[in-house]
Amino acid sequence: MITLERRPQPSRTWSFLSPLLAVVVTMVAGGIVFAALGKPPVEAIRTIFWDPLFGDFAGYFRPQLLVKAAPLILIAIGLSFGFRAGIWNIGAEGQYIMGALFGAGFALAFYPSEARWLIFPLMIVAGTLGGLLWAMIPGILRVRFKTNEILVSLMLVYVADFLLDAMALGLLRNPEGMGFPGSRNLQQYPAAHNAELITNTGMHWGVIAALFAVVTAYILLSRHIFGFNVRLAGQSPRAAAFAGVSANRMVLICLGLSGGLAGMAGMFEVAGPSGQVLASFNVGYGFTAIIVAFLGRLHPLGILLAGLLMALTYIGGELAQMNLQLPRSAIQLFQGMLLFFLLAVDVMTNFRIRFGRREVA
Amino acid sequence: MTRPLLALAGLTKAYPGVIANRDVSFEIEQGEVHALLGENGAGKSTLVKAIYGLVKPDSGAMHLDGKPHEPNDPKAARAAGITMIFQHFSLFDALTVAENVALGMENPPPLRDLSTRIREVSDQYGLPLDPTRIVGDLSAGERQRVEIIRCLLQDPKLLIMDEPTSVLTPQEVEILFETLRKLKAEGTAILYISHKLEEIRALCDTATILRLGEVVGDCVPRDVSAREMAEMMVGGTLHVPEREAGRAGEVLLTLDGLSAPSPQEFGMPLRDISVEVRAGQVLGIGGVAGNGQDELLLALSGEMAVAPDMVRLRDRPIGRLSTNARRALGLCAAPEERLGHAAAPDMTLTENAALSGKTRKHLVKNGFVDWNGARDFASTIIDRFDVRTPGPGNVARSLSGGNLQKFVIGREILQDPDVLVVNQPTWGVDASAAAAIRQAILDLAAEGTAVVVISQDLDELMEIADDFAALNEGRLSPPRPAKGLTIEEVGLMLGGAHDMEVAHVVA
Repeated sequence: MITLERRPQPSRTWSFLSPLLAVVVTMVAGGIVFAALGKPPVEAIRTIFWDPLFGDFAGYFRPQLLVKAAPLILIAIGLSFGFRAGIWNIGAEGQYIMGALFGAGFALAFYPSEARWLIFPLMIVAGTLGGLLWAMIPGILRVRFKTNEILVSLMLVYVADFLLDAMALGLLRNPEGMGFPGSRNLQQYPAAHNAELITNTGMHWGVIAALFAVVTAYILLSRHIFGFNVRLAGQSPRAAAFAGVSANRMVLICLGLSGGLAGMAGMFEVAGPSGQVLASFNVGYGFTAIIVAFLGRLHPLGILLAGLLMALTYIGGELAQMNLQLPRSAIQLFQGMLLFFLLAVDVMTNFRIRFGRREVA
Repeated sequence: MTRPLLALAGLTKAYPGVIANRDVSFEIEQGEVHALLGENGAGKSTLVKAIYGLVKPDSGAMHLDGKPHEPNDPKAARAAGITMIFQHFSLFDALTVAENVALGMENPPPLRDLSTRIREVSDQYGLPLDPTRIVGDLSAGERQRVEIIRCLLQDPKLLIMDEPTSVLTPQEVEILFETLRKLKAEGTAILYISHKLEEIRALCDTATILRLGEVVGDCVPRDVSAREMAEMMVGGTLHVPEREAGRAGEVLLTLDGLSAPSPQEFGMPLRDISVEVRAGQVLGIGGVAGNGQDELLLALSGEMAVAPDMVRLRDRPIGRLSTNARRALGLCAAPEERLGHAAAPDMTLTENAALSGKTRKHLVKNGFVDWNGARDFASTIIDRFDVRTPGPGNVARSLSGGNLQKFVIGREILQDPDVLVVNQPTWGVDASAAAAIRQAILDLAAEGTAVVVISQDLDELMEIADDFAALNEGRLSPPRPAKGLTIEEVGLMLGGAHDMEVAHVVA
C-alpha cells in the first residue's frame, strides 16, 4: 500500500522542485490534450514555450513578455501577502478593472492637460485607490459581519465588469468617437500615456513598479515585522493573536494591499498597452495572478519567475491559436492545469510517500 | 496457575530514528489492574497502540486468552474484547449521550433500547449519566463516563485507559476508582497508564515500568513509595523543587471584578473574579478543565480585551491594552496549548523566540526584525532550559512536547517579567522536565516576580504555590494559603460536590 507520511520539517528541496515538476507534468498532460484535439503535441508545446522567445518572429514577441508579465507579477505580489495570511482575495480581476477606471477616469476628467508631471503620478494614486477601495468592500464586510471574503471579492468581479461596460458605453465614452464604444485612447494623450520607456523592450512604468514590488515584498517578508506577522497569521491564527497581531487589521491590510496593487496594475495597463476603457479591457490577469502567486511559492522571486512563465503561455498560446488553430479554451485549460498539478505535487513538501505496510504513528 | 489474559513477549517496534519499544514482555491476569509507568517518550503509547491494533509491532508476539493476538485494526481488537479510552475524548458536542455511544458501536441497537441499556449500565457501575443530555453541556468527568459506558456496553475483557484522571476532580477520581474496582471484581482486566503515582498506589495491583522503550522493572505499587517508582521511571534520583520562604512584596497584579463572556462557543464566561498577587508570591489556580482557565489566561495575556479597571498592573489599568503593551509593562504569559498558541508549529525556534520576546528583548528596530538577536535569544533559552534540539533553526513541531514546553516557558521567564501567568506549565511533560520547569518558576518568584500558575495538577500546585484558589464555573474562590490544605478541602473548593448526586433525571 502507498501511504503519505508527514515530514518532521517541510522539505526545502521539494518546495523548489515542485513548481518545476508541475510545469513538466503540465507539458505532458497538455501535450496529451493537444494530441486528443488532433494537433501535433510536441509542436504545440514548442510553439507555446519556445517560439515566442527564440522562434522566427521572436523579436516581435519578446517585448510582449514584460508587458504581460508586469500586471501578473504586480497583482500576484499583492495577493501573496493575503494568501500567506490566510486571507483569500479572489477578486483581483475586479480590483484591476476598478484601478483602470479610476486611473483613466481621473486622466480623462482633466483632458486635455499638458501637466504630465502632475497627471501621470496622480493617475497612479487614483488607480491604486480604486483597487484598494474595491477590495475594502469584502474587507469591511468580513470584519464587521463575518462574511466570506472569497465569495464577496469574487462576486464583485462581475459587478466591476458591468461597471466597465457601462463606463465604456456611457460616462467615459469618447465624445469624438463617432458613437463607437470605448474611451479616448490614452496613448494619444501625452500627459497620461504610460509609454514604452526603451523602444522594443516592453519596459513601461508598470514593469518598474512590478520589479519594485518584488524587491519591497522580499524585504518585508524576510526582515520586517509586518512580513513576520503575515506569516504568523497564516500559519497559526491563535499564535498570531498571542503575538499581538490583530486578525481584523490583518484582513484589512492584506485586502487593501492586494487591491491597491491590482488597481495600480489596471491603471498601468489602461494607460499603456491597452490604451482604452473598453468592455474587452480585462483579459483575466487578476485570475491568472492567483496561479502565478502559487506557482511562485508565494515568494517574491518565485512570483517574478512564475509571472514571466505565465506571460510566456499567454503569448505562446496566442501564437498557437494563430499557427495551429488551437482553441483559446485549450490554452486556458493549459494554464489551469498548471495550478492543479502544482497543488497536487505540493503534497511532497510536507509529506513523503511510503510504499509498504499501513502504519499509524 | 491460571493462564494470563494477555501476554506480551519480546515486542519490538522501531520508527525511523527511534526505537519506541525494545523487547517488551509482561503479562496481565484476569481481573488485574495493571499500571504502565514511564516518562513521556518511554514507549507507553506505542505499546498500547500495538495492543489496540493501531500499530503493528516489528517483532514479538501477543497472546490473548492463549490465542495469538495480532489485530490489524482497532475493530479487530474490539472484537477480541479489548477496548480503550483515550486521553482526549472523541465525542461530538452537539449530540446526546446516547447518540454518541451509538456512533462508537459496530451494530448499535435502536436508540430507545440503547438508552435503557445505558441507564442499566450506569446504575450497575455507579456512573450517573442521563442518556438524553447533550454532550456539550457535560463536565469533563461526565464526558469520560460516556466513553467508559461506551466501552462497557461491549463487555470488554481488557480495558485500556490513558491518563484517565487528568481532567477529574478528586471526588470524581474516587467515583471512577469505585467503578474500576467493580469491573475488576467481575474479572475485567484494566491496563492503566498514568503519571500520577499516588493514584497508581491506590488502585493498581502491579506495575510495569518502561524507560526508553524497555522494561526496566516491575513492582507492586502498594509496597513501594511514589518516590521509588518515580526514580525507577527516570533512572536516577528525582530533584524535588525547593523554595525559600517568600516574603510577600507589593501588590503587582490586581484582578477586580473581572467578568467577560467567553470568546469561544461552549466556553466558560469569567464571573466577577477578584484577587491580588504580590511580588514574590506564587498563586496557584486549580480547577477542572473547562471552568474558565483558558478565558482567564486570555484576559490576562491581553488576547481578550476587558474593561480597563478589571485588570491592573501596579494599580495601572491594563484591561484594554494589547498583548505587546502588557509585555512592555512587564506582564508575560504562557498559554496552555504549546503548538498553535504559544508557538507556531511550522516556524523555527528563532522565529518563535521573537513571537513573544520581541517587545521586552527589543528585537524589532524601526519595524525591522533583528533576526540575529532573535537567534541569540532562542539559543539562550535552549541553553538555559536544556531544550533538546539540534538548534534554533529547527521548527517548533519537530520538538517533543516536553522540550517545546521548556522552550515556551523559558521564553517568558527569560524576559524577566514582573508578573508571569502560566497555564498548565507541565502538562504532558515528563517528571524531570516538570521538576526543572517548576524550579525555574520558583526561582523567578524568589527574585520578586508575581506568578500565577493555572493548573489541573493539584500535586503541582501544592508543591509550588503559596496560595491556592479554585476556578469553578468561571468563578474564583478566595485564595487560601496552600500550606496545610487537605485534599478534601481542595476538592470542595474545586466544586467537587458537583455531580456527586445521582444524575439529574430528566423525564
